[in-house]
Amino acid sequence: MNMDVQNLTFDDTIYHIKKGGEGAVMEINDLNLWYGTAQALYKVTMPIEKGMVTALIGPSGCGKSTLLRCINRMNDLVDGLKINGEMKLAGENIYARGADVIALRKRMGMVFQKPNPFPMSIFENVIYPLRVDGVTDKTILEETVERALRGSALWNEVKDRLQESALGMSGGQQQRLCIARAIAGDPEVLLMDEPCSALDPIATAKIEDLINELAGQYTIAIVTHNMQQAARVSDNTAFMYLGRLIEYGDTETMFQNPKSPRTQDYVTGRFG
Amino acid sequence: MSAHVNMQTATPDKSIPLSQPTTRATDIRARGEPFTWALGGALALGCAMIIGFLVMVFWNGLVTFVPKPVIAVTTTDNQVTAGEPTRTELYKPQSADLAALSPQIQKSISDSDGFASRTMFRVGNYDLYNEDFRWVSEFQVTKTEAPKDILFAEREEWGPLIATLKNITVDGQTIETADIHDPRFAAAHQTSRDRRKRIREIEKDDIGKINFQLDELRIDVRKAELRSGRDSTDHAVAQTTLKEKTPQLEAQYKALAEEAGKLRELNSRNSAMFVDITGREKSVALDLIVRVYKPNDMSFFESVGVYFSRWWEFVSSEPREANTEGGILPAIFGTAAMTLMMVIAVAPFGVITALYLREYAKQGKLVAFVRISVNNLAGVPSIVYGVFGLGFFAYVLGGSIDQLFYPERLPNPTFGTGGLLWASLTLALLTVPVVIVATEEALSAVPRSMREGSLACGASKWQTIKYIVLPRALPGIMTGVILAMARGAGEVAPLMLVGVVKLAPELPVDGFFPFVHLERSFMHLGFHIFDVGFQSRNSEAGKPMVFVTTMLLIGLIFAMNVTAITVRNRLKRKFKGSQF
Repeated sequence: MNMDVQNLTFDDTIYHIKKGGEGAVMEINDLNLWYGTAQALYKVTMPIEKGMVTALIGPSGCGKSTLLRCINRMNDLVDGLKINGEMKLAGENIYARGADVIALRKRMGMVFQKPNPFPMSIFENVIYPLRVDGVTDKTILEETVERALRGSALWNEVKDRLQESALGMSGGQQQRLCIARAIAGDPEVLLMDEPCSALDPIATAKIEDLINELAGQYTIAIVTHNMQQAARVSDNTAFMYLGRLIEYGDTETMFQNPKSPRTQDYVTGRFG
Repeated sequence: MSAHVNMQTATPDKSIPLSQPTTRATDIRARGEPFTWALGGALALGCAMIIGFLVMVFWNGLVTFVPKPVIAVTTTDNQVTAGEPTRTELYKPQSADLAALSPQIQKSISDSDGFASRTMFRVGNYDLYNEDFRWVSEFQVTKTEAPKDILFAEREEWGPLIATLKNITVDGQTIETADIHDPRFAAAHQTSRDRRKRIREIEKDDIGKINFQLDELRIDVRKAELRSGRDSTDHAVAQTTLKEKTPQLEAQYKALAEEAGKLRELNSRNSAMFVDITGREKSVALDLIVRVYKPNDMSFFESVGVYFSRWWEFVSSEPREANTEGGILPAIFGTAAMTLMMVIAVAPFGVITALYLREYAKQGKLVAFVRISVNNLAGVPSIVYGVFGLGFFAYVLGGSIDQLFYPERLPNPTFGTGGLLWASLTLALLTVPVVIVATEEALSAVPRSMREGSLACGASKWQTIKYIVLPRALPGIMTGVILAMARGAGEVAPLMLVGVVKLAPELPVDGFFPFVHLERSFMHLGFHIFDVGFQSRNSEAGKPMVFVTTMLLIGLIFAMNVTAITVRNRLKRKFKGSQF
């Protein structure tokens, strides 16, 4: 961080949503995070509302992906990571001492920037969350595959080649397969880390439609670079800048009537 | 849009005078052509050397078993030499020898700068001449002929016999025949060979079984003594069993020995009388003749028959004549068994070590140090591993095993000496760095996105490794194992200390319980090459065998590598298309 950044001043986060509301499935309270000595998140406090699509937007390096990866403790893999603050899923602090990380991840699904299907058949890819749980009942597995693939709008395209390698699919199909895999375990929260950044416009449109369809059934947190996408798919939007949560509210207000000048500049495309 | 704008502004302005195009010289060194040539030349040289080496080994190996003609030469001193011409070379005769020659020959030698040509003949008949090979100088030769009736007989002992047949004796009766195609000769020969085979069966299998049982009984007595003491009932029972069964077994032994003796007696009545080129007679028992043919009077098919029958003998039987004749089956078996056991030992050990180093250990100074040490292990001279294998595996580990499990056999060592198991483990130790390094590389090449995808599905670290990382890294791991195998199969020096022998009386697998004897010493193609080529009575006779054995060793390693590479490529195909 250069001197200009150091000298910037930040006001408190502006909220258009009530904190601590009834409908929040997740509560993030005063979360600070350091990679080694560099602080990446500053006192982030935000609820994530149940059944809603929450978009995290902001310029590169603002900490939105870091925040998302904190939710299922994916950042644990990074050496020299330090976190304080609180992050509650349905009232339990997931960073509590002795919290079961594996059990936590089983309650969430995650879709990554690049499609990352495993080098197995389509069928095996979808039921991977069940395989690791030791489920072997064939009817359960088959039902899950159909439900997850229908949920990710892939069923009609692949129902006849479930035993073929997932690596033979197109990029967009692969990403929808990853979504199917993420929802196969019936997660409470679905995390999406720029799910469309590696896809062409048509595949992107399909994924966006899919997010809209999934919106009612799952709580979704999506990181995106693309403001139009955030406007199209999300109910709530959080704008982050240099590790701080600048403004958080319903998407309409955030895009049409933001209070912070920084949000204003970003959503109108003046910087970022 | 921008392209459109450019087209409009790109209209040339005629007011600016066109300057002469400047040419900047490009030096040949800058183009790098000489270096390209040097690099290509180096590669071509390397390829040429490898191809030359393979052609030499394979050519020499393939022609070794071709039956060669036998030439009889008469020299100026009226001596006749008959044999297979082996090679011809130029040499400088000594001045004392030169002085004795006629002026004509002296002149022709001095015309060619004092060099004369000489040929080495494989004369055979070691029992008559006390030599296998003889040099004949070209200037001495007065007459060269290829006698049609001369025979080349391969024998169980004394090497080949080059002579003509005078008569044969069957059951003590002499039959005048000089033809090896005579049905009486063929029948008598076949009977003698069959009897010899039966004698060998009796001695090796039947009598071996009796000896084995006797040994077991004695060991039982010693076991009982060690376990329960000298005065115990156990000991008494074992001793009574030994006493009861010994006469019975000895009677069986006697019967078998008698049978063998009878067969031997019968065989001694079948013999053939040969006459060598100088007229000396030599009687040879028929059962000692492996095969006999007329080198100068054979049809093409007969030659091919001899060629393939020699090959079959080579790959399917045991060596004889101090390894320079016969087959190398035990060595092929030993090499393959040892290499396979090495792979079985080295693959899990190396992969587990690499998994811990890469996936679980905290990447710090200690791990870096361990990694450097592992890499350095690959550079330790192999004989050092041999010393370690003998000292640690054979003496310490094997000695302890003997103390614990085979005290009744002491002081004869069971595991406490070199053997197949210890040799395999020594080689596994020697090649484990290769596997560790390759596995670590393969593991680190598994994309992070795969691991994250698996972890995000709620898989534990171990499940991620098991389901995602290991299958994905398997082709890379296989590469490491293939390299280890190639290195291990060609290694000889450490094996000489931990279990390879010149002649192993028994294969590590046989019909006696527990059927697989990993403690036994074994034969190895690499050591066989060294032994035949440089340790035998007559290295000239062993030389062709060196090439054949080398060829087989190369072939064996090649076959094993091709198998492993095929398996790896099949795995690789599974992961094709996973790049984005």
